[in-house]
Amino acid sequence: MEEIANLFHGFAVVIQPFNLLLMVVGILLGVIIGVLPGLGGANGIAILLPLTFGMSPTSAIIMLSCIYWGALFGGAITSVLFNIPGEPWSVATTFDGHPMAQQGRAGEALTAAFTSSFVGALFAVIMITLVAPLVAKFALQFGPAEKFAVFFLAFCSFIGMGKEPPFKTIASMMIGFALAAVGLDSVTGQLRLTFGFTEMLNGFDFLIAVIGLFGIGEILLTMEEGLSFKGKAAVINPRVVWQTWKELPRYWMTSLRSCIIGCWMGISPAGATPASFMSYGIAKRTSKRGDNFGKGEIEGVVAPETAAHAAGTAALLPMLSLGVPGSPTAAVLLGGLLIWGLQPGPLLFVEQKDFVWGLIASMYLGNIVGLIIVLTCVPLFAAILRIPFSIIAPIILVMCAIGAYTVHNSAFDVVLMLVFGVIGYVLKKCNYPLAPMVLAIVLGDKAEEAFRQSLLGSGGSLGIFFSNGLVGSIMVLGLIALFWPVIQNAWTRMRLATAA
Amino acid sequence: MTDTTSHGGTGPSHRGVEIGVAVAMIAFGAVVIVGSLQVGIGWGPEGPKSGFFPFYLGVTIILASVLNLVAAATESSQKVFADWSQLTSVVSVVIPTTIYVFAVPWTGIYLSSLILIALFMRWLGRYSIAMCAAVSISVVMVTYLMFEKWFLVPLPKGPIEDWLPL
Repeated sequence: MEEIANLFHGFAVVIQPFNLLLMVVGILLGVIIGVLPGLGGANGIAILLPLTFGMSPTSAIIMLSCIYWGALFGGAITSVLFNIPGEPWSVATTFDGHPMAQQGRAGEALTAAFTSSFVGALFAVIMITLVAPLVAKFALQFGPAEKFAVFFLAFCSFIGMGKEPPFKTIASMMIGFALAAVGLDSVTGQLRLTFGFTEMLNGFDFLIAVIGLFGIGEILLTMEEGLSFKGKAAVINPRVVWQTWKELPRYWMTSLRSCIIGCWMGISPAGATPASFMSYGIAKRTSKRGDNFGKGEIEGVVAPETAAHAAGTAALLPMLSLGVPGSPTAAVLLGGLLIWGLQPGPLLFVEQKDFVWGLIASMYLGNIVGLIIVLTCVPLFAAILRIPFSIIAPIILVMCAIGAYTVHNSAFDVVLMLVFGVIGYVLKKCNYPLAPMVLAIVLGDKAEEAFRQSLLGSGGSLGIFFSNGLVGSIMVLGLIALFWPVIQNAWTRMRLATAA
Repeated sequence: MTDTTSHGGTGPSHRGVEIGVAVAMIAFGAVVIVGSLQVGIGWGPEGPKSGFFPFYLGVTIILASVLNLVAAATESSQKVFADWSQLTSVVSVVIPTTIYVFAVPWTGIYLSSLILIALFMRWLGRYSIAMCAAVSISVVMVTYLMFEKWFLVPLPKGPIEDWLPL
């Protein structure tokens, strides 16, 4: 039970007054980020990352992860009250959350959403506490070939499981890898793809890409849609909370199922958004009141919120134990680790116990603090959303610029951010997924290094990736994920053929 | 939300933009291939040379983009990418922001941010000058306190800040 002792040690780190303060600040900032259009978990954290440069890594990760929990909570507020999903993963929450608000049951819907988020996150954190150390211990034996196989699996899942056309996902991902390759080659020390531009010596920082693609791109999309916010008022009082809480245990089955869906989708890099849709869809099919879904059914809020939060939290498991982030936001956190001088991956559990267990403990506490804050401050956050976009937009632009500048104290990065922003806008409109691009920029160097080291070991033969049971099975899993749509198709056709 | 742009207004066709994006990606792939060839894509004393991995990335980008190009070219939809009024609002953000990012090295971030917020509010929100000034000045002040004083992260400054006794 070494893990339990470590976890309690982590709690001791987290409940220092300074860290508790950072936690509250992080949650508040996070909810604001989640509520505002144009700012999401990933780019919100990327912008605020420079604030943590002066802190100890443990304090920094506590604040940043709390921003993430806050953003997850915040998405629900806009979905329910304004019918505008602040985050893609809260789209499914609008289906039943907003009708409830229209019927004057906003308080009930929000309480259900926040509580389900909390339950989903708690489930995922418990899973992380139990599973992550084991995965890390196992992964310590990985050689370069196994490491590459894990990257391969992660990226193949994007292609096969994503809802975008697979060749668009491939193009977007490979561009990310190519951007990561620019600059100094970490293996040979040679410069490449810089074409003589000194600005490109250090390559493209993924934080700039995240801020541009997600932040600026999102603002341009919002401008185009010409959003005007027409929201419902929200009243949450202890009586509403209590009554909703009394009702919620009835949906324990939906909740448990959503937790499992969320954890599964979060670990494989499918992410929170498909998890929330899948969970909503299954709940609709299995619920006795399934026909009422979409008209303001509380179960229709519970299902997607639980799954989204479970997935968002579970995405940190591969980031912590393998160094492979499960979502763009987890990727930004991973980038943070690198900046603070920590090496993400299984060794973290051995060398940086304070950090890892501090983070895990802060997941428990942060979600409790988050639940309390969102339940008590909803009117305040809703008021933020009523600020007109013509005021919010330039402020977000300025925040993005400051965030981009402070990464390397470079004015060129600010220009680059705008370029990424325009590209992000066009790509998003053309249905190219941006998450694989960002993940490829983050992981490009590591994936390439693992690939080249494996080839070096084998003298150039690709057989190394199938040379033992472990690496072979990870690669086969990757190939299955890659060709999943084809396999699924063939399977359905075969079943139809046997039935006929 | 890519399917919400069929408002019936006129604008560049979605198909045209898709084709343009695919062509741009093919060009990007070609640049990557050229860059890889410059540093060598073969096998050196330290294993695969620096251009080895990027070379195949470039090839994959081109292959995938050609398939995307074919898919876009054979699509028969009449959907517009965005109608002109929507694009005008997008451009009305892009242009001031472009001026802003190029002004930052000369004016520092505080002054240029102040001007960006104030002008943006005045043009797109039609707020009174007093309101614009109040919001932009307070945002800049809060930014200053938060970054320089509390979190000790210095931001770029220009002639005005040098002149102010900060």
